[in-house]
Amino acid sequence: MADSVGKVVIPGDVLSEFRASEKTSKVALGPGLRQEGEEVLVTKSGILRHKEPNLYWIDCHQRRYIPAKGEDVIGVVTVKSGDVFRVDIGATQPATLSYLAFEGATKRNRPNVKVGDLVFAKLLVANKDMEPELVCIDSGGHSAGYGVIPADGGFMFHSSLNLVRKMLSPNCDILKFLGKNVPFETAVGVNGRVWVKAKTVKDTIVVANAIASSEHMTNAQIRTMIRQLLDKLSGF
Amino acid sequence: MKEVPISTCEREFILKAIRDRKRIDGRQTYDYRRLKVSFGMERGCCIVELGDTKVLAQVSGKIEEPKKNRPTEGSIIINLELSPMASPAFEPGRPTESGIEMNRILERNIRDSRAVDTESLCIVAGEKVWSIRADVHVLNDEGNIMDAASIAAITALAHFRRPDVTVMGEEVTIHSPEDRDPVPLSVHHMPVCVTFAFFDQGEFLLVDPNRLEERVMDGRMVVGMNMHREICTLMMSGGMLLVKEQVLRCSQIATVKVAEIIELIQKALDKDAQARQAGEKCGFAESVPANKITTNKKEPTLIDTTAAAQQASQVIQEAGPVDKPMSNMIVQAPGTAQIGEGLVNTWQIDDVDMESEEEEEGRKKSVTNGKEAEATSKPTERKRPVKAVSHADDSGSEEEEKVMLYQGDAEMKSTEDSTALQQPPNSDKPAKKKGKKKKAAQK
Repeated sequence: MADSVGKVVIPGDVLSEFRASEKTSKVALGPGLRQEGEEVLVTKSGILRHKEPNLYWIDCHQRRYIPAKGEDVIGVVTVKSGDVFRVDIGATQPATLSYLAFEGATKRNRPNVKVGDLVFAKLLVANKDMEPELVCIDSGGHSAGYGVIPADGGFMFHSSLNLVRKMLSPNCDILKFLGKNVPFETAVGVNGRVWVKAKTVKDTIVVANAIASSEHMTNAQIRTMIRQLLDKLSGF
Repeated sequence: MKEVPISTCEREFILKAIRDRKRIDGRQTYDYRRLKVSFGMERGCCIVELGDTKVLAQVSGKIEEPKKNRPTEGSIIINLELSPMASPAFEPGRPTESGIEMNRILERNIRDSRAVDTESLCIVAGEKVWSIRADVHVLNDEGNIMDAASIAAITALAHFRRPDVTVMGEEVTIHSPEDRDPVPLSVHHMPVCVTFAFFDQGEFLLVDPNRLEERVMDGRMVVGMNMHREICTLMMSGGMLLVKEQVLRCSQIATVKVAEIIELIQKALDKDAQARQAGEKCGFAESVPANKITTNKKEPTLIDTTAAAQQASQVIQEAGPVDKPMSNMIVQAPGTAQIGEGLVNTWQIDDVDMESEEEEEGRKKSVTNGKEAEATSKPTERKRPVKAVSHADDSGSEEEEKVMLYQGDAEMKSTEDSTALQQPPNSDKPAKKKGKKKKAAQK
């Protein structure tokens, strides 16, 4: 298997000889791989990735989000119904978010969430047979950064899943380098939604466009692009 | 499927930006997105890209009977297609209210402004006229379909060539393109739509709204105008009132924008005409930009090929002389030959067919018994003989079916499945000549 890692695979390819973990002698198959009887099939076209010791998945370019447990997403509240909110996270089904899943929320003390609000939340349940369920608290009951994103001056844009993964990857410079030059707040949902807020409307637009256009750039190209942008901003 | 809901955050931000005289894609208030006009291989096929909005128009023509009240005029039909491919908000099937509205604007802008001369589409008054149909398909909706569709429709009409027609007494002749050059439609003027989006009850206006701006806007105004500053359409929708000055201002802006767009269309048309005349490549494939992804690029690496070269020479040395390809070609019937022997068909076919094939095989074997013995006695180290022979082996049974077909009529029934062989090669059907004049007898 070692020779296929990092190479392009297409749906229908049969993979074998996975490196299992020494302790459990198990292999973890991520998105794009499926076990069918004795063999492992590829279900997406993309690059086969491997992470030590036993994790395999397919890295590909797509915009459709498939929920996975434990991922951080940005959603739009679409309906308030009884004790749950319905949240659009860009998946096939809307996710549910209980009103009790906020910091300090009790039956008496309901959180102030309106239809159209943006929420930054974590996926508690993500299962192909069930509705995804979101929470805005960690296991200790603290907000831990999750919750309703205030609508004062920030902007949310949609991007490909590839871009958000790239932004979150530790060896990508875009957020670091951009943040050094233009201070801004950001929330990145792995469902392909990015919320940014800088001091002014102009800065916010610049930051959003810089991030959106950095998808197919290398770190060096990103730096040049940001420098050019800053030169234009300061009126060269 | 419902459209992705827009959040208050996005809505507030877009409005705030517009009040600051800024737009989320970095454009100025009166800027259009990048406009690109490209043509297909066929005449009358045009793709217009306005930023990420993409519209395709295809013009076609047919001959039909004119309307009773206008016996000397051809007809122009414009059909706007909003498929779910463009946006999940569009449902397949019946057109929506906004779809009908946009189709009507297109018709008013192009047909009702008499942009295309309908009198020249007449062939025989009261009997035969050209009916020109423009199908406009929205391929991707990123806002402002109206402008893109109007540009695509009029450009496709200007690009279209209809077959030349001559009338000789009672007889109407439609000439093929090889026979006579197809003739362009007479396009008098090119009306183009310019869309304005209004915000804050008409206080702020934007040209060419994108998808997000369209969803936030209070109302819009579409101005259809041509080069000569003649307004062909004016349509306002949405619940807002406009002051007279605002409408006048819009028409002023539209004149400038229309001039720019028509210049671009003319350039694209001229460039395409030149490319066609010079015999260069044209069509969509030529106009697709090469979007290169550089992040996944790998530097070229050198591969050590010395070992491979040695191995190859070794293989050549060790290998003995190549077996002579079997030259025992059997001519079964005129036009059919067989190389080698047929094997048992490995394809999974019904039992009936297998039986009939086996019968045939048996018959064949008895005929070419001596040759088969020769072939099997040949010492072959490799499992399969020479490649060409093995291929012939695989299809051997099929070839035999061919033979049976040509030879006897009795076996015809047993080989029903070989559809490709139904027609004998020297059938009496008259061969169709290409470029033959189609004749339409006059009624």
